[in-house]
Amino acid sequence: MSTAGVDWKAVQADFPVLQRTIDDQRIVYLDSANTSQKPNAVIDAMADFMRTSYAPINRSAYRLAAEATDAFEGARTKVQRFINARKPHEVVFTKNATESLNLIVDTWGEANLRAGDAVVLTHMEHHANIVPWHMLAARKGIEIRWIPLTADGQLDLTDLDRLLDGAKAVSFTAMSNVLGTITPVAQICAAAHAAGATTIVDACQYVPHNVTDVQAWGADFTTFSSHKMCGPSGIGVVWGREELLDAMPPFLGGGNMISDVRLDGFSCAELPAKFEAGTPPIVEAVGLGAAVDYLSAIGMAKVRQHEMALTDYALRTLDARYGDDITIHGPRNIEVRGAVLSFAFRDIHPHDVSQVLDQKNVCVRAGHHCAKPLMRLLGVNATARASFYLYNDESDADALANALDGASDIFGL
Amino acid sequence: MPGLEDLYREIILDHYKSPRNRGELATPPAVSAQGHNPLCGDEITVYVQLDGDTVSDIKVGGSGCSISQSSASMMSQAVKGKSVDDVKAIVRRFKGMMSIDTEDDSPLPDVKLGDLEALQGVVKFPVRIKCATLAWNTLTEALTEAGRS
Repeated sequence: MSTAGVDWKAVQADFPVLQRTIDDQRIVYLDSANTSQKPNAVIDAMADFMRTSYAPINRSAYRLAAEATDAFEGARTKVQRFINARKPHEVVFTKNATESLNLIVDTWGEANLRAGDAVVLTHMEHHANIVPWHMLAARKGIEIRWIPLTADGQLDLTDLDRLLDGAKAVSFTAMSNVLGTITPVAQICAAAHAAGATTIVDACQYVPHNVTDVQAWGADFTTFSSHKMCGPSGIGVVWGREELLDAMPPFLGGGNMISDVRLDGFSCAELPAKFEAGTPPIVEAVGLGAAVDYLSAIGMAKVRQHEMALTDYALRTLDARYGDDITIHGPRNIEVRGAVLSFAFRDIHPHDVSQVLDQKNVCVRAGHHCAKPLMRLLGVNATARASFYLYNDESDADALANALDGASDIFGL
Repeated sequence: MPGLEDLYREIILDHYKSPRNRGELATPPAVSAQGHNPLCGDEITVYVQLDGDTVSDIKVGGSGCSISQSSASMMSQAVKGKSVDDVKAIVRRFKGMMSIDTEDDSPLPDVKLGDLEALQGVVKFPVRIKCATLAWNTLTEALTEAGRS
């Protein structure tokens, strides 16, 4: 499929931060895997909402509050459709994907797992999908099993059946924030269900860059953040199947998540309020809804195609320019990789690489990317990471390749 | 923006490529402390051998960026053979150069920093200050452990 019909230059012009220069140089933003830039449509939607319709939601009887509620719940429905969830009340708003994962572990995990129960994770997980499970293990004595990786950074599923045998849950990423690897989500969910395990899909890197269909996946839970998909920071999503969410105990306690509070106890509200204690991120939800609208108008299939072409170009350009001097982690097959390129450049430390790139306003991340177990597996403390999104193009890949030359000059390597 | 030649001065790159005092010391009798910079993945282990009041030997292990490693190397050179009081003065002087606020309001000790002056450029790149001070904070921890700080 071509991306004909999308004016990618016009898309770039929608993002005001990218129109800035720093020291007369344009910004080459290659850190969207960390957080994405925001289009005017999102900024305007939030500002307009605060200027015209801002009021309490789901509470008050006056018309202004009804407007605010429509905007907020409207955003929920937009997210539901964006990921093809069955019902809007299966979409729960949190602060971010990390909170979403903690919610699942602390409610579903707490209620359903006992000492000795096994949960399956993978070696490529982000800390948000590791640490809460370690914390649960310390409280409950659950066993954690790990799906290993192949040499080219994909999940090694040879032993999947053995790992799933007797497991209660599988929690895994749909796309690695380090390697770019896109995992076979539907296949793993099917195998997990056949083994009687619940499936949790960390879709933080996946949802902003692909067509997402949680029903087609066969997932039980999915988590992602607004700020990685052109929406504001401060709001995330946990989607869960209605039956599961209904059976879970609440997460945070307070207003909005109750139906009754007495001196001797309380009862919970219905979904989704049950998991949304206190005043939610109202303005941020409106922003997320606007981000969904913006991305949907372009079409996620087109975004994916654009990024595949860009990834292919970046890989070929860097290989041709630097050969063995650059090691790009992750699979080479762009069918199973997203536009996230972690790399080692000569023997230059990633922090120094990012410093040199910063001279040319090329913005990459250096560090462990909240994936220390994966770093250990790769035999490094840190990598440099360049990531592309819908507002990047080949000139950004060229800028990266050109700026890397500067590192050799300084370090004489 | 400040040029990288301010940051990556020759002496820094020299210490990065040929770090001094690399290795380990047996603990005990030496003490050691570990530090890391979570932002970028720098890791440091500092081993200190005290003879009476003097840092008779110091070794540095770990890996990291050019700033963290060269700073550790230069630090090891600056403190080896010095008394603990002198070492504390050098640490204060260095942190003062890095524009780090310490609780101590008294004027900075008049201590020669020698090669360490080369790290002055780091102040123009605030994100790298933590890299430059990592070894120093780890050294301070090691000395505290030795009950002398």
